[in-house]
Amino acid sequence: MTIENLSRRDILRGMGLGSGLVLGFHVGFRSLPAWAAPETQFAPNVYVSIDESGTVTIVAHRSEMGTGIKTGLPMVLADELDADWNRVNVVQADADVKYGDQNTDGSRSMRQFYQPLREAGAVARQLLEEAAAHIWNVDPASCHAQNHAVVHQPTGRRLGFGELVKVAADLPIPSADHMQLRFKPASTRRYVGTPVPIVDLADIVRGRATYGIDVVVPGMKYVSIERCPVYGGRVKSFDAKDALAVPGVEKIIEMEATPIPSGFDPLGGIAVIASNTWAAQQGREKLKIDWDFGPNAGYDTTAYRAELEATAKRPGRLVRGQGDVADALHSAAHRVSADYFVPHYAHASMEVPTAVAHVTDGHCEVWAPTQNPQGAKTVVAQALGFDESKVTLHVTLLGGGFGRKSKPDYVAEAAVLSQKLGAPVKVTWTRPDDIQHDYYHSICAQHLEAALDAKGRTTAWLHRTVFPPIEATFQPDVTYGGAGELQQGVTDMPYDIANVRCENGAAVNHVRIGWYRSVFNIPHAFAVCSFADELAAAAGQDPLEYLRQLIGAPRHIDLRAMGVDYPNYGAPLDVYPIDTGRLRGVLDLVAAKSGWGQKLPARQGRGIAVHRSFLSYVAVVAQVAVGNDGQVTIPRIDMAIDCGLVVNPDRVRAQLEGAAIMAIGNALYSNISAKQGRIEQGNFDDYSVARTDITPDTHVYLVDSSAPPSGVGEPGVPPTAPAICNAIYAATGKRIRSLPIDTQQLKAA
Amino acid sequence: MTTLRVNGGTRAVDADPATPLLWALRDLLGLTGTKFGCGIGACGACTVLLNGQAVRSCITSISDVGDQEITTIEGLSQDGTHPVQRAWVANNVPQCGYCQAGQIMQAAALLKDTPKPTDQQITDAMSGNICRCGTYQRIRAAIKAAAELGA
Repeated sequence: MTIENLSRRDILRGMGLGSGLVLGFHVGFRSLPAWAAPETQFAPNVYVSIDESGTVTIVAHRSEMGTGIKTGLPMVLADELDADWNRVNVVQADADVKYGDQNTDGSRSMRQFYQPLREAGAVARQLLEEAAAHIWNVDPASCHAQNHAVVHQPTGRRLGFGELVKVAADLPIPSADHMQLRFKPASTRRYVGTPVPIVDLADIVRGRATYGIDVVVPGMKYVSIERCPVYGGRVKSFDAKDALAVPGVEKIIEMEATPIPSGFDPLGGIAVIASNTWAAQQGREKLKIDWDFGPNAGYDTTAYRAELEATAKRPGRLVRGQGDVADALHSAAHRVSADYFVPHYAHASMEVPTAVAHVTDGHCEVWAPTQNPQGAKTVVAQALGFDESKVTLHVTLLGGGFGRKSKPDYVAEAAVLSQKLGAPVKVTWTRPDDIQHDYYHSICAQHLEAALDAKGRTTAWLHRTVFPPIEATFQPDVTYGGAGELQQGVTDMPYDIANVRCENGAAVNHVRIGWYRSVFNIPHAFAVCSFADELAAAAGQDPLEYLRQLIGAPRHIDLRAMGVDYPNYGAPLDVYPIDTGRLRGVLDLVAAKSGWGQKLPARQGRGIAVHRSFLSYVAVVAQVAVGNDGQVTIPRIDMAIDCGLVVNPDRVRAQLEGAAIMAIGNALYSNISAKQGRIEQGNFDDYSVARTDITPDTHVYLVDSSAPPSGVGEPGVPPTAPAICNAIYAATGKRIRSLPIDTQQLKAA
Repeated sequence: MTTLRVNGGTRAVDADPATPLLWALRDLLGLTGTKFGCGIGACGACTVLLNGQAVRSCITSISDVGDQEITTIEGLSQDGTHPVQRAWVANNVPQCGYCQAGQIMQAAALLKDTPKPTDQQITDAMSGNICRCGTYQRIRAAIKAAAELGA
C-alpha cells in the first residue's frame, strides 16, 4: 500500500496534530474521507474530535500489537461521550508527548488510561450538552447526550452531535480538573463491558490492514543487514564485490557497531541496499566479512546454566526477609527443596522487526510497528543528531510485539541508513536475524527450600533466583535483579508463611536481555507454583486445598511495611493492593469450573496454579494426557482472571486464550541456546513454538468486578506452564523442574 | 520479464526468475496482504493459492508458477464475503492479525477439498501455519463455522 501524505492541517486543527503528515490508510475507514470533511472541528482534547457530519474521531495513542487496545480505549471514550460506535472513526496517533505515555508494555494501557479516556469523553459530552442548551436557551442540566445526539428532556428536542459542533467549538474548554465532570452510571454503559469487534477486523481478513512491513514510500530502497553473530562484535573488514554483483543490489553501507551494552541502539553491521527485499537478502549471502567477535564469543548456555545453578546454591543478596528461615528449616518436621530452570526465549513475533524511514532536509519521517513510539522517536533523533522536533514517527499496526517491539533498535537502523543514502529505506529483518539478534527472555535458575511442620503446614520459605537482569542491556556491570524484576514472583510471594527469605544471586549477561511477555513472572511463577504443588505432595494433601491453606485468610499484604523494595508495577498500593482474597477468588472459581477432583483415566491429570502479575489475578487448571511415548497433550485448560473492570470481555478472553498458547510454547517447545557466543536456533524449524495441534479446549472465566482495571495481556502466561507441569506430575508422578519439558523422561516405564 | 496471473488479472514482473513469489507480490506488485514470516516455508504466513492449492509463496519462485492462477488474500473475494472471511469475522479470530491472511488462505484451500473437515483434518491442514498470538482455538472454530456456511 502506498502512503499518501495528506496534510490534515485544516482538518485536525484544534487536535494539536498541527501540520503533521499522516498516513492515508489511517483515514476514512468508516467515515467520510478526511479531505471531504467539513471545516469546523470540535476538539476539546487530544483524544477526540467531532466534525459537522457527526463523525467522531478518536485517537488511539497506545500501540496495537494484538491486545485490542486500539479498540478498547476508544470504547471507553465513546461510551462516556454517548457516541454511536458506528459513527466513530479510530485513528492511530503519531509519537507525541501530548498524548501522555505511549509505551505499550507492562499490561498497563487500560490501567493508566481508562480514567483519562473516560474524562476526555465526559468533557466532550458535557460541552456538547452545553452547546445544545445554548442553542435552545435552556438549562444545561436539562440536556442529556443520548446515542450521538443531545436531547432536551422536557421538550424532546434533539440535535445530533454534528449539528452541535459549530457552537461547541466556540465554547471555552476548561481543563478536565476544572469541570464538574459527571460520569455515566455503570448501568447506562453502552460499550464498556460488552464484546466489541476490533476496529481493524474487516481490513485484516481482506489483507488490507497495514503493518510496518507493508509501508511503501515512493522511491524507497530495501535493506537487509548482516550483523555480527556474537553480541558485542564488530566488523574488522569486509568484501562486498560479489554482493554488489547480485542483480538489484545497489549499494553496501557499513553501520558502526554500538559499544556494549548497546541498549536501544542498533547493533551495527553491513547493510545491503537493493531494489527489493529479495535482492537485498541475496546480496547479503555474498558478503565476505571478517568479524572481531568481541568479549561474548565464549557464551555457552550449557556452561552458563551450570554457573547460574551453582550461584543459586549459595546465599545471595537478601531481598525479602521475615522471621528466621534458617532456624525454621533446622527444626522442621520435614524439609523440601527443589531447583528450577527456565531458558532464554525469543519473541518471534510473526512480523519481524522492520521500519521505513525517510530523511530529507533535516527532517526524518518514520513509519514503524513500535510498542514504544516516543522512545523510538528519541532514539532516532539521537542516532541522526536531530532535535526530536525534527522527527515525525507514525505508528503502524504491529504484527505481534510481546515486548520485542518496545526496543527501537530496528527503527534507528532505518533512519540512519536513510540519512546516509539520501533516500527512503525499508529495513526488514529476516527470521534468523530476529531469532539470533533478539532481546532475549532472561535465562534463570532458582533454588527453593521449605519447612513443613508435623501437620504438613509450610513454616518456612526460601527462594533464591539468579538471572542476568534486563538493566544489563542498558548499563555496564549490572548483575543483580532490580526491584521491578524481583517483584515479579519473588518478593511478592503471597503465601501466609511465618518465615520467609528471598534472595537474588549475581549473573553477568552475554546477550541482549529484554522484556518478553510476562517477563520475570515466567520463571518465578513456574518455580513458585510448581513448588507449592511439591509442598502439597510432601504434605500428602490435595493441591487445591493446600493452595487455599498457603494463601490463607483474605488480607492485603503490605510488603513495604515489611521493608521490601516493592514497586507494585508502578501503581499505588492502596488502589492496587496485593489482595489474597482476590487470589483465592480466582482459585475457587477455576476449581469449581474445571472439574477439579473428578477422576481421570490413567496417565491423565489436572494441575493447578494461581499467580498475581501486572496487578491481576489468574488461576489455571490444566488437564494433560501423557502418552506411553512421553508425548504430552493438553485436552483442556481452564483459566479464571480477575483484572478489575473488564472493558472488552471478548478481547480479555482472547488474550487469555493466546496466553495459554504462548505458555504452552514456553513449557513444551521453545528454547534458545548459545555456543561460542552464537545463538544455535535460527528459524521456526529449530526454534519451536506452539502450533494448532497442541491447542487445548480453553475455557476462560472473567470475575465480575468494579475494581480499577489492571493488566490483561500478560497475566495469563505465568501460571499456565506450572499448571501443565503439575498436571504432568498428577498424571505420571514425575516432576518437571526444567523447561522446555523433556518428554523423554515421561515415557512409561 | 515474467508474466503472472494474479487475482483474475495478468501482471508482468521484471525480476530474477528465482525470485520468490512472496517478494514479487509484495515488493513488485504491491500486494502486501501476503506476509513474510520465515522465508523457509515453516510458518505459513505467506500462503497463497496456486490453481486453488495452498502453497508457501516464500519458497515458490516466480519461474515455478508458470501460468498457474495465483490467488492472494486480496483476491479471495471481491468484498470480503468468502465464507472463511465471514467466519473469521463472526468468531473474532484475529489478535494482531498478521498471520491471518495465511491462515485464511490455508483454510480456504482445506475447505475446498474437504468441505466438512474433522478435527484431525483441521490439525493436519493447519499445523504449518503459526500464530504467535495463539488464536488457534478460534481458527478451528471459524473453520467449522465456514464449513457450515458452505465454503
